[in-house]
Amino acid sequence: MNPSITVSVNGERCELPAGRRLDALVAERSPSRSGVAVAVDGEVVPRASWPETVLADGAEIEILTAVQGG
Amino acid sequence: MSDTDTLRIAGRDFGSRLIMGTGGAPSLEILREALTVSGTRLTTVAMRRVAAGTRGSILDLLAELDIALLPNTAGCLTAGDAVLTARLAREALGTDWVKLEVIADEHTLLPDPVELLEAARTLVEDGFTVLPYTNDDPVLARRLEEAGCAAVMPLGSPIGSGLGIRNPHNIELMVEAAGVPVILDAGIGSASDAALAMELGCAGVLLASAVTRAQRPALMAAAMRDAVAAGRACHEAGRIPRRRYARASSPSRDETPAF
Repeated sequence: MNPSITVSVNGERCELPAGRRLDALVAERSPSRSGVAVAVDGEVVPRASWPETVLADGAEIEILTAVQGG
Repeated sequence: MSDTDTLRIAGRDFGSRLIMGTGGAPSLEILREALTVSGTRLTTVAMRRVAAGTRGSILDLLAELDIALLPNTAGCLTAGDAVLTARLAREALGTDWVKLEVIADEHTLLPDPVELLEAARTLVEDGFTVLPYTNDDPVLARRLEEAGCAAVMPLGSPIGSGLGIRNPHNIELMVEAAGVPVILDAGIGSASDAALAMELGCAGVLLASAVTRAQRPALMAAAMRDAVAAGRACHEAGRIPRRRYARASSPSRDETPAF
């Protein structure tokens, strides 16, 4: 028994173990925690809430950082 | 003037009237040199999805150079998109300043005035200091100011086009009417474009491609720095009126000179 969920991370579908928390996902995807922000289902999730945010099946997650531009 | 002349936006003073963008630079090293030479104190960055293998950090560079950050909402096509991007930038970078861009399409990159105004209202309500990238439309500028924007930033011509200021008259009208700084944003190609913006009374110039895509970015950064300073000085000095015919600069034979 190894339940998993399907979510979208930066527009790509991926499978994660059920119960995966947001801080773990960000650590996987981003080399740095500073200068990074996350939205889940179109709402910003403040950094302080990442550890307690359990990702739900079908969640749409955007992880953004600053790059050269403008 | 040069020692005390600062660009004031929303009560914050910047020691240069040139705002630089960071887009288009071929490397962080070339960008570092150009930013340093330009003397800019405020610089835009974009927000994008994190990707593996991003080379170096623009944030580390700007922190090292002690240049303030102005995140933009480049690439957003709707008010909703731009508002979310601004909120993500605030969370990521710890600033509630935003260069608000809501473009109509990828081909012209022209601002969508309806979406722009809606996004500006929402972000002002949400406590942001909003600097909107806007059309060279004096009426829209007035609406943006009424919405509580801290500046208005009209294009001279399309982003990255280098076509200069296509409607100087409208820019002048905006400057005359505005109670907030008017910053010429987009379309600058040469030093004379930047000087003209300042002569028209703009409080500042925002440019990126003109420098970062020049053959010698650091040299162009110096040219833009000097052009902005010269244009500002010219505006402050009060130019002579244009005349239809000549007026001799030496006294006439029967005129007594002042000295």
